[in-house]
Amino acid sequence: MTTKTLETKPKRIMNQVAPTPSAENDSTDALDSTQYAIEAEKLNGWYGDFQALHEISLKIPKNQVTAFIGPSGCGKSTLLRWFNRMNDTIFSARASGDLRLGDIDLLAPSTDVVDLRRRVGIVFQKANPFPKSIFENVAFGPRLHMQLNKSELSDLVEWSLRKAAVWKEVKDRLNAPALGLSGGQQQRLCIARAIATGPEVLLMDEPCSALDPASTLAIEDLMDELRDQYTIVIVTHNMQQASRCSDKTAFFFEGRVVEFDTTETIFTKPSSQKTEDYVRGRFG
Amino acid sequence: MNRDVAESKASSTTLDARASELLSRGRKDLAITRIKEIVIYVALIACGFFSLLITVSIIGVLLTETLRFFRFDEVTLSNFLGSAEWTPLLGETKSFGIWGLISGTLLVTGIAMAFALPLGLVTAIYLSEYAPRKVRDLLKPILEVLAGIPTVVYGFFALMTITPFLQWLHGGFNVYNAMSAGLAVGILCFPTVCSLAEDALQSVPKSLRDGALGLGGTRFDATIKVILPAALSGIISAFLLAVARAIGETMIVALAAGSRPQATIDPRDEIQTMTGFMVQMAGGDVSNFGTEYFSMYAVAFTLFLITLSLTMLGNVVRRRYRETYE
Ligand SMILES: Nc1ncnc2c1ncn2[C@@H]1O[C@H](COP(=O)(O)OP(=O)(O)OP(=O)(O)O)[C@@H](O)[C@H]1O
Ligand SMILES: [Mg+2]
Repeated sequence: MTTKTLETKPKRIMNQVAPTPSAENDSTDALDSTQYAIEAEKLNGWYGDFQALHEISLKIPKNQVTAFIGPSGCGKSTLLRWFNRMNDTIFSARASGDLRLGDIDLLAPSTDVVDLRRRVGIVFQKANPFPKSIFENVAFGPRLHMQLNKSELSDLVEWSLRKAAVWKEVKDRLNAPALGLSGGQQQRLCIARAIATGPEVLLMDEPCSALDPASTLAIEDLMDELRDQYTIVIVTHNMQQASRCSDKTAFFFEGRVVEFDTTETIFTKPSSQKTEDYVRGRFG
Repeated sequence: MNRDVAESKASSTTLDARASELLSRGRKDLAITRIKEIVIYVALIACGFFSLLITVSIIGVLLTETLRFFRFDEVTLSNFLGSAEWTPLLGETKSFGIWGLISGTLLVTGIAMAFALPLGLVTAIYLSEYAPRKVRDLLKPILEVLAGIPTVVYGFFALMTITPFLQWLHGGFNVYNAMSAGLAVGILCFPTVCSLAEDALQSVPKSLRDGALGLGGTRFDATIKVILPAALSGIISAFLLAVARAIGETMIVALAAGSRPQATIDPRDEIQTMTGFMVQMAGGDVSNFGTEYFSMYAVAFTLFLITLSLTMLGNVVRRRYRETYE
């Protein structure tokens, strides 16, 4: 199998669904909307009476990797799940404030969440492969959104699995049930499944929490490579990972953004004492 | 602030002391634990054997009485298994062709399932995946009430309401007909199918739903492509249970289907099912020692074999799906 041709081919296929950044809007604030993928302004989020997000304001830059760090329970996953409205599935979840993707109002009830989720893909904190074959898991998104013939589909599946650093382990058993994979393999399968849909924005909630160092590095390489075409948001508890592979970092604490800056600033000269304590491993 | 810390320090040291005291206290008396264990074990075995005993004795009675039936001169196995003529009460020209009753049972069951399975499944999908919480909380108890109505009520409903309605639609319907009984059995089975299928759908982890939605699937995509296949073994169980229930249903068919055994596929005709025949016999206007009386046991035994094979089929199907999905 020649890897060279595969590297380029699926990208071409995926370009059909993922429009190039410039082609998508002509809003008044041209500068902002071409620089930022997702913009939150005074976003508040609740689960029932419990307020999980307080006055979140941040702008996720396009074609960069943004890391979310912060102690457990501080609202990172919650914010991520508002970015593509996955919180719609939680009965008690509500939000107020302003959240946009380009010129789409993400909180508007009229927003087409199906299209939104195709454009803003998510890898969940817990691996959740479908009880189907490995191949069918990855082919799930493409089958929903693209018209591909058999060989195009299997090329795209192979590309995704290679990028998610799981191809070698599964190539001989693509038709075996995905639930037979190990935890770490399942997690990488879910990453492959998410990139196979060709999202513009990829949200990854602790994608490496169950991975060995080698696969972790492979996922970081993947992010590095994808950043040309996609916008990536990654939640991580691994400070080295955040500093290694993100351009910007947001530090969260108790539902608020304490500090949001370039990764270098956050890790070398943060302006808040809390941030400094956290990234130095002094609490959390 | 400082006081807070000091306070929590203090309370945690007392808690530490208490915990170490609790942990150092002797374990429960091992002998008593062991005796308890044995008593529970024996009780469980006794319960297990009791249910086994009941099952075995029922089968035993069925089997011996069935054998007695086949020992009569006028009865032959080839007639029983090879004919559709079921006329045990016809004096000289008696015939015991079980297919005359099986066909009635199959016709009623077929009609009932054609109604209850699709409707039950669609309702279950609606309740589990689409209905707002309030609607679900309202509808589920109603379904359960429906499941609790005595079947004799359904039988009267069939005879007094469904049959006249069918006759109004189409003149060809007999007063007793398979269609009316089949629909009533379908209505009876509908809540069972619906409630069990809904349980099966609900037991699919939410993370799978999220996975399908997160990839840009619609609710329909998630339901059809992920949830339904994942719940398949539970749904098949629900279907098979409904089929078994329909086959064994007695009061409705006794009241509404009639008592004329015949191999027909015309739902307008009067028929008799296996259970219907048994009710007629057990009802008692025949001699307790004639062939016709013992034929009841042969019918019961046949019914038992059919239900048993359904159960086994269910297990096979379920195991197969479990293999591919878990
Ligand atoms: N479905 C829910 N219902 C009610 N409260 C919730 C729900 N999900 C999360 N929460 C609460 O919201 C807060 C933020 O949770 P969230 O999952 O966003 O944390 P997190 O930053 O992702 O933590 P972790 O690093 O452990 O994943 C927590 O206090 C949590 O208990
Ligand atoms: Mg989280």
